[in-house]
Amino acid sequence: MAAEPWQTAEIPGPKKALVVTKPEVVAAMIKKAKHPILVVGHKAVETELDKKKLIDLMIELAKKAKIPVVATAHIISEFHKRKYKPAGFMPVVDIGNRLVDAEWSGIDGKGPHDLALFVGLPYYMEWTILSGLKHFAPNLKTITLDNVYHPHASWSFPNTSVKDWVENLRVIIEKFEEGGK
Amino acid sequence: MSKKGVNIKIDELKTDVGFIKNLQLSFGKLVAETWTEPMGPTPFPSLTALREWDFKLLQRYKPFYLPYCDVCCLCTFGKCDLTGDKRGACGINMSAQQSRIVLLACCIGAATHIGHARHLLEHLIEKFGHNYPLDVGGLNIKVEAPVTRLVCGVKPETLGDLEEVLDYVETQVTHLLSVAHTGQEGSNLDFESKVLHAGMVDHVGMEVADIAQIAAYGFPKADPEAPLVDLGYGTINVEKPVILCIGHNVVPSIGIIDYMKDNGHDGEIEVCGLCCTAHDITRYYKRGKIIGPISWQLRFIRSGVPDVVVLDEQCVRADSFFEAQRIKAPVIVASEKNCMGLPNRTNDPADAIVEDLLNGKAPGALILDPEKVGEVAVKLALKVAPLRKKFKVIPEVDEVIQRAKECRQCNDCRRACPQDLHIPEAIKAAATGNLAKLADLYELCVGCGRCEHACPVGLTVHSFIVKAGEKKLKEETYKVRAGRGAIQDVEIRNVGSPIVLGEIPGVVAVVGCSNYPKGGQEVAEICTEFANRRFIVVTSGCSAMSAAMYKNEEGKTPYEYFTGEFTSGCLVNVGSCVSNSHIAGAAIKIANIFAKRNLRANYEEIADYILNRVGAVGVAWGAYSQKAASIASGFWRLGVPVIVGPHGIKYRRMLLGRADREEDWYVYDARTGEKVYVGPTPEHLFYTAETKEEAMVMIAKLCMRPNDTMKGRAIKLTHYIDLHKRLYGTMPEDIHLFVRTIADVPVTMKDEIVKILEEKGWKETVIPDPTLLPRLIRKKKE
Ligand code: SF4
Ligand code: SF4
Ligand code: SF4
Repeated sequence: MAAEPWQTAEIPGPKKALVVTKPEVVAAMIKKAKHPILVVGHKAVETELDKKKLIDLMIELAKKAKIPVVATAHIISEFHKRKYKPAGFMPVVDIGNRLVDAEWSGIDGKGPHDLALFVGLPYYMEWTILSGLKHFAPNLKTITLDNVYHPHASWSFPNTSVKDWVENLRVIIEKFEEGGK
Repeated sequence: MSKKGVNIKIDELKTDVGFIKNLQLSFGKLVAETWTEPMGPTPFPSLTALREWDFKLLQRYKPFYLPYCDVCCLCTFGKCDLTGDKRGACGINMSAQQSRIVLLACCIGAATHIGHARHLLEHLIEKFGHNYPLDVGGLNIKVEAPVTRLVCGVKPETLGDLEEVLDYVETQVTHLLSVAHTGQEGSNLDFESKVLHAGMVDHVGMEVADIAQIAAYGFPKADPEAPLVDLGYGTINVEKPVILCIGHNVVPSIGIIDYMKDNGHDGEIEVCGLCCTAHDITRYYKRGKIIGPISWQLRFIRSGVPDVVVLDEQCVRADSFFEAQRIKAPVIVASEKNCMGLPNRTNDPADAIVEDLLNGKAPGALILDPEKVGEVAVKLALKVAPLRKKFKVIPEVDEVIQRAKECRQCNDCRRACPQDLHIPEAIKAAATGNLAKLADLYELCVGCGRCEHACPVGLTVHSFIVKAGEKKLKEETYKVRAGRGAIQDVEIRNVGSPIVLGEIPGVVAVVGCSNYPKGGQEVAEICTEFANRRFIVVTSGCSAMSAAMYKNEEGKTPYEYFTGEFTSGCLVNVGSCVSNSHIAGAAIKIANIFAKRNLRANYEEIADYILNRVGAVGVAWGAYSQKAASIASGFWRLGVPVIVGPHGIKYRRMLLGRADREEDWYVYDARTGEKVYVGPTPEHLFYTAETKEEAMVMIAKLCMRPNDTMKGRAIKLTHYIDLHKRLYGTMPEDIHLFVRTIADVPVTMKDEIVKILEEKGWKETVIPDPTLLPRLIRKKKE
C-alpha cells in the first residue's frame, strides 16, 4: 500500500515522514539511538495480531531492545498483567509535552531522549502529537510502529496490511535477538 | 442613551484618568442605586486589562502546540511553510500561528453566541419592551447575571440594560478579530491572553442570551424540579404531522408553538428539535420533543419522519436543506445567518408561501419574521403530512444487501471516517445478508456522512448503518430534565462551604458537542459515575442529551434517578449551550455569595479564588465546534480546567501543567505573604484524554485545589485513588504530590499510602490561604 496518510484529509505538509521500506532500518535506528523511548497507546490492547495482541509484541520489543516504555491512557494494568513494568505511565499529551522540553531528564531520569517510537494511539491523536514533536522538538527523531502512514513522524511505515505489519515487527524484534544492543 | 454614546464613554475609560467618575455617569442607567458594591478594578476590561492574570496562568499552564497543518494560508504572501522554527513571509512563527488560529476559533465561537444574543435581544425588546424586568429566578436569585456583573461591573435589571452589555462584548470581539490580521500580534503568549479574553466575553454573551430568553419566555427559572421531557426518535408520534426545528435560536420555534396553540392545533402536531433549539423548545413547551444531538441530523431527516424542516442558526448541517429535499420535506430557513440560498419571502402572505412550498413550486423559503415562520410551518405541516406519507430515503434491508455487493473493499469510507470505523468489514458481512456488524457501528457513528462522499461506487454508508441500527433508533425513548437555567443563591450557600473545603469532591460540568470517541454512552457513564460518587454533576447542550440516552435496569434514565437540585449527587441540566454561562455563574457565585468576595468588576480576584478553591472541572467529551473552544477558554480564564475527548486534540494546543516542576506550584499564603508549595493542583488547564477511563481518573484529580481542608483532601484523594485503582488497575504514582500533612491521607488506605510517602521521601508542608495575587496578601499583624 502507498505512503499516503491513513485518514484521507490529513494532507501532509512540506516536511513529511520518510517511508520505512525495510524494517531492519528501524532496528538499526533504535540501536544507534542513545536513549530511545517507546510510547504505547491504548489501541495496542485492542489490536489483535496473529493470535497475539500488539501490546505483547511491544513488550517483546521493549525487553529485547531495552527501550523504556511509557503506557498511555489506562493500559498500565495490561502491562502488569503480562508481568512487565513500564518505565512510566502518563497521558499521551503529558509525554508529548515533556518530550518537547530539551531539558527534561527522561522517563527514567537518564537524560533527554533522542528517539521516540509511537504505536497504538488513535490515528488522529498520534498524528497531532507527532506534529507537535516535529515542530517543537528539533533534537528528537520519531518513528511510528503503526501500520499506517504518519506524515508527521520522522520515519513511518506506509499503509500496510496486518499480515505485513506483523512480519515487519517480527523482523525488528529478531534483529535484537540476533545481536542485542 | 444611544449605543454609540456608550462606546465613546468606553474609550474615555481607557485614556482618561478621571474615568471612574465618567464611568458612573456613562452607565448611570445601568448602575442601579440598589447596587452599593464598590466598583472593582476592571470594569469593561480592554484587551490587555487582564493580561497579567493570563500570564500567571500561562506561566504555569504552558501551551503545548500540536499543529494541525504545517503551512499558513491566511494571506497572499503565502502559503508559508512554518515547519519547525521557520517564519512566514509576514514574520510569524508556528507557535504564534497556532495560537492565532485558536484565537480565530474562539472569536468565531464568541461571535456566534453574541450574535445570537443580539438577535434574540432585539426581538425580545421589540416584543416586550426595554423595561421588561430580568426575572430569572424570583426571590431565589439575587445575583441574576454573575458573569456580567463580574466582567462589566454593571447590574442589569431590564432587557434594555442588556443592550449596553452587548455593545461592550461586540466591541471586544471586533478588536480581538483584528488581532488575527497579518502583521499584528507576534507573540504566542499574547495571542493566548487574547484567546482567554475571547472566552470571557463569550460567557457574557451567553449569559445575556439566556437570561433574556428565560425572563421573556418564562423558561424554568432556576428550577431544580424543571419538568422531565421526552427525548429520542421513539417519543415522536409519527402518525401526526411533524415539524423539525434545527439549530440554537429558539425564536422561530416559539413562533410555531404559539401559532399552533393560538389556533387550536396544540396536540395535533409534533414539534421537535435537534441541537440546542430542542432544549429551548422544551423549556418553553413541555410537549416539545428532543430528537438528539447534532449527530442525529442526518439519520432523523433521512428517516422521513419530519414533514417540515425549520432551520435557524448554529450547528445546522450545511447539507440539511439538500437532505430535506431528498425526503420531499419543505424547508423554512429563519435566520439571517443561515439563508441556504433561498428566496426571501418574509414580506409575502403566509398562505402564498404555504401554497408554493406545498405544490413544489419552491423547495424552501427564507422567512425572517418568526411569527410568520410559525404560521407557515403549522399550516404547511398540516397540509403536507398526508401527501408526503413519511417518504424516507433510508433503504430497505434487501436493498442494503444488494448494494453492499457492489462494495470494492477499497477502504475509502474507513479512511474518511473520523472514527476510523471498520466499515468495509461491516459492508462485506452485509453483502452476505448479515447486518449485525453494521448495526454495531450505529452507536459509534457520529453521523457526519463523510463515508458516503468517499465511496467510489456511491454507497449510502451512513444510511446503511442507520437501517441496520433502526431497531435501536426506534427504541430511543428517554427522559431528560428540561434546562433549569441558573443555580439558586440558596443552593450556592448550601454547597459553597463543602465545595470550598473539599468535602463535596468536585463540580463536574459535562458539556459540549457530540463527536464522542466511542459513542454517547460514555457521556452517560461519566455523568452517572460522578453523580454516584456524590459530585455535583451539571450538563448542557448536546452532552445533556447524550447523558439521557441510557437507562438502568429499572428502565430509568439518569435524570430520573438523580436529583435536579445543585447539590452533592445531582444531575443538573442547565439548558442549551448559552446556559453554560450558569455553570461559570455558579462558580462565580460561590466566591461571591458563599465567600463574600466582591463581584463587581473584580475579575482577577474571583478567578484566583476559583482556581485555588473551587474544585470544578469542565468535560467536553465530544468537543468539536468553535463555540466549544470559546466556552472552554472562558472557563480557563476563570481558573476552571477543561478536559476534552480525543478529537479535542485537534484544537491544536493544550494548556498543560508540569507536575515534575516543583517551581511551578507555589502560591502566596495570603496570611503571611510566604510562598508555599501546594502541589500540582489543578495539574492542567486544558487537556485531551485518550480514553474515557483516563478522563474519569483525571476528573477526580483535577478537582483537587490548594485550599482543600485535610478532610476534604482525604475525600478527594479517596476518589482519585479508587478510580485509579479500578480503571488503571494500580495505585497512582503521584499521591505524594497531593498529601500535605498526614491528616490528608484517607484513613482506610493509611498504611499503604504512608509506605509510599516514605519511599518517595515526602515532606510535610502547610496548607496556605492560597492566592496568586500579591495584592491579596494581608499585612502581618505584628
Ligand atoms: S499570514 Fe503570514 S504566515 Fe500566513 S500566509 Fe501570510 S505571510 Fe505566510
Ligand atoms: S457517518 Fe458515521 S460511519 Fe460515516 S464517516 Fe461519519 S462517523 Fe464514520
Ligand atoms: S468506500 Fe464504498 S466501495 Fe470502498 S470499501 Fe467503503 S463501502 Fe466499499
